[in-house]
Amino acid sequence: MPDPTVTVVPGGWALAAAGLLGLLAVAAAALDGFLTARAAGSASSGWSHPYGEAARLMRQRRRTTAAADRLLWRTGGAGLLLMALMIITVVPLGRWTLFDLDVGVVWFNAMDVLAWAFVWLTGWGGNSTHSLVGGYRFLAHGLAYELPLMFALVAPAVGASSLNLGAIAAAQQGLWFVVWMPVAFLVYCLGVLAIAVWGPFSPALGADVAGGVTAELSGVDRLLFKGGRYALLAAGAGFAVPAFLGGGAGPLLPAWAWMLIKTLALLAVFVWLRRRLPAARPDVFMEVGWVVLLPAVLLQDLIVAVIATGRG
Amino acid sequence: MLTHVVFWALAVIAVLAGAAVFIVDSMARASYALAVSFVAVGLQVLLMQQNYVGVVTILMMVMEMAVMAVYMVMFMGMNPALMPMSMVHDNRHALAVSIGVFVLLAAGVLLVPWPTRRGGPPVDVTAALGEELMGPKMLVMTGVGAVMAATIVAGVVLAAHRSRYDRFGDDLRRRPADDPQPGGVGR
Amino acid sequence: MTLRTVLLAASALFSVGLYGALSQQVVVMVMMGLELMLNGLILAAAAFWWFLAPDPSGQVLLLIIIVAMTVEMAMGFAVATHLHRVRRTDMTDMAADLSR
Repeated sequence: MPDPTVTVVPGGWALAAAGLLGLLAVAAAALDGFLTARAAGSASSGWSHPYGEAARLMRQRRRTTAAADRLLWRTGGAGLLLMALMIITVVPLGRWTLFDLDVGVVWFNAMDVLAWAFVWLTGWGGNSTHSLVGGYRFLAHGLAYELPLMFALVAPAVGASSLNLGAIAAAQQGLWFVVWMPVAFLVYCLGVLAIAVWGPFSPALGADVAGGVTAELSGVDRLLFKGGRYALLAAGAGFAVPAFLGGGAGPLLPAWAWMLIKTLALLAVFVWLRRRLPAARPDVFMEVGWVVLLPAVLLQDLIVAVIATGRG
Repeated sequence: MLTHVVFWALAVIAVLAGAAVFIVDSMARASYALAVSFVAVGLQVLLMQQNYVGVVTILMMVMEMAVMAVYMVMFMGMNPALMPMSMVHDNRHALAVSIGVFVLLAAGVLLVPWPTRRGGPPVDVTAALGEELMGPKMLVMTGVGAVMAATIVAGVVLAAHRSRYDRFGDDLRRRPADDPQPGGVGR
Repeated sequence: MTLRTVLLAASALFSVGLYGALSQQVVVMVMMGLELMLNGLILAAAAFWWFLAPDPSGQVLLLIIIVAMTVEMAMGFAVATHLHRVRRTDMTDMAADLSR
C-alpha cells in the first residue's frame, strides 16, 4: 500500500542517492582511517587515508592468478557495491523515496542475502586456497547470522503492520521501535556488520589466511570490494533509521536532515565497533547464532506480535 | 512498451541461464547460472505485480544456490577450474524427451483458447495474500507448517551420522557432549 | 507480455530443466534440473494468476510451489549427504540398485 506521506522522486535522482551513499562510505572510511592511525599512534591523523588508498589502488596494476574465473571474480568484487545501491533505493530520505515498494523489508532481505553469493564468488574466483577458505568462513557465518537477521526484520514489520518502509517510519511517531524491540535492533546491527564482513565477522578476511577473500584482489577490484564494504555499512545504517530509529522524526530540523544525522551516528558506531568486538570464529559463532540469537529474536517477535495484537 | 522489452530481456536471460547450467563446465558457474535464472524469473513475477512472491523467490533462490555450490564442491571432489565437467547419461533420449515436451507444451499454449481475464487484482496484493493464508486458506498454512517440520526432522535424521550415544556416551551421562566441533555456548 | 508469451517462456524453462533432470548423473545436478522445472512452474502460475484470475486466493498456489522447492532442496541435500556417506558416491547410476 503506497504511503501518502512518502513522495516518489523521478529516476534521475538515483544518481544523487548513489552520490550520497558514496559520501557516507567515504566518511566511514575516513573515520576508520582516523581510528586506525590513533590506535597505531602514528604521526598523521589518518583522516585522509581513504583518498591515498583509493589513488594507490587505482594506479595499481591488476594481478591475476592461474586459471582464475574472471567473470565470477569480478562479479563478486563489484557485487557488494551493487547490493548497497539496491538497498538504498527503498529507504526513504525524509519525504522522498526512489522506489516506494510495498515489500521494502523483504527487498532488503533479498539484497542482503546476495552477500552470500558475492563474497563467496570473490573467494572462489581467484582460484587460490586462502581466498576460498575466506569464502567458506563467510558462508559459515552466514548460516549463523542470516536466520536471526530475517526474524529481526520481522519485528518492525509486525509492529507497524506493514512491509513498506515509509509506513514503518510513520508508525514510530510516538515511540521509536528501538525502545521496545531492542533485541531485534541489536541482531539487525550484527547482521549489517556481517554482510559488510566487518568487525567480528572479519575472519573471512583474516590475516591468518593472508587476507582471506581479498588475498588475491588488487587494483580496482580491491578498491571496489573495500568500498563496497563501507557502502554496505552505510546502507545498513540508513535502512535501520526508518526501520528502528523513527525515520525522520526529530525536533527543529527537517526530516531529511534527521535521517542523515541518525544514519551518520549509527554508521560511526559501526565503524568504531570494529576495534571493540572480538572476532567471531565461524565454528564457535554457529552455535551462538542458533542457540542464543535465534530464540532471543523469536521471543522478541512474539512480544512484538502480542503487543501489536493488543493495540488492535 | 517498456514492460514488454524488460519482459523479453528477462525471459531470454532466464532460459539461457537455465540452459547454461548444463553447458558450463564449472560447478560455481553452473550453480550461479541457475541463481541468475531464478532472479530473472523473480523479476518477471514482479512485473506481474506479485511483489511479495517475486522478491521472496529471489531471496530464497540466491541463498539456496550459495549452499548448492558448496554441496557440489564438497561432493564432486575435483578441481573444476582444471578439469572439465561432463557427466551425463542417456543424453540423446533426454534431449529428445525434453524437446518433445517443449513442443507439446508450446502447442498447448498456442492452441488452447485461453479465457479472458476475470476480475481485477486487489488493491494491496501482499496484504490480500496474507489475509487469504490466515483466513479461508488456513488449511494450506497449517499443512505447510507440518510438512516443513517433518522435512527438518527427516533431513537431519538422514544427514547426521552421529546419534545421541555418540555424543553423550552409552549411559547418556557424559557432559559436555563429545562433539567434533566445539560450540560457542560451551554446552 | 501476454499470457501466451509468458507461458512459452515457462515451457522453455520447464523443458530445459527436464533435460537436466533426465540426463545428469550427479545427484546435485539432477536437483538443479528439478529446480529449473519448478522455476518454470512459478512463472506459469504467476502468469495464470495475473492474466486469467487475479483474485487473492490464486497466489497461494505460488507459495505452495515455493514450499515444494524448499522441501525438495532440503531432502535432496540430506539424501545426497547420506548417499555420499554410505557409498562414497554422488552419482545416481551408482545408486540404481536402490530402485529395486
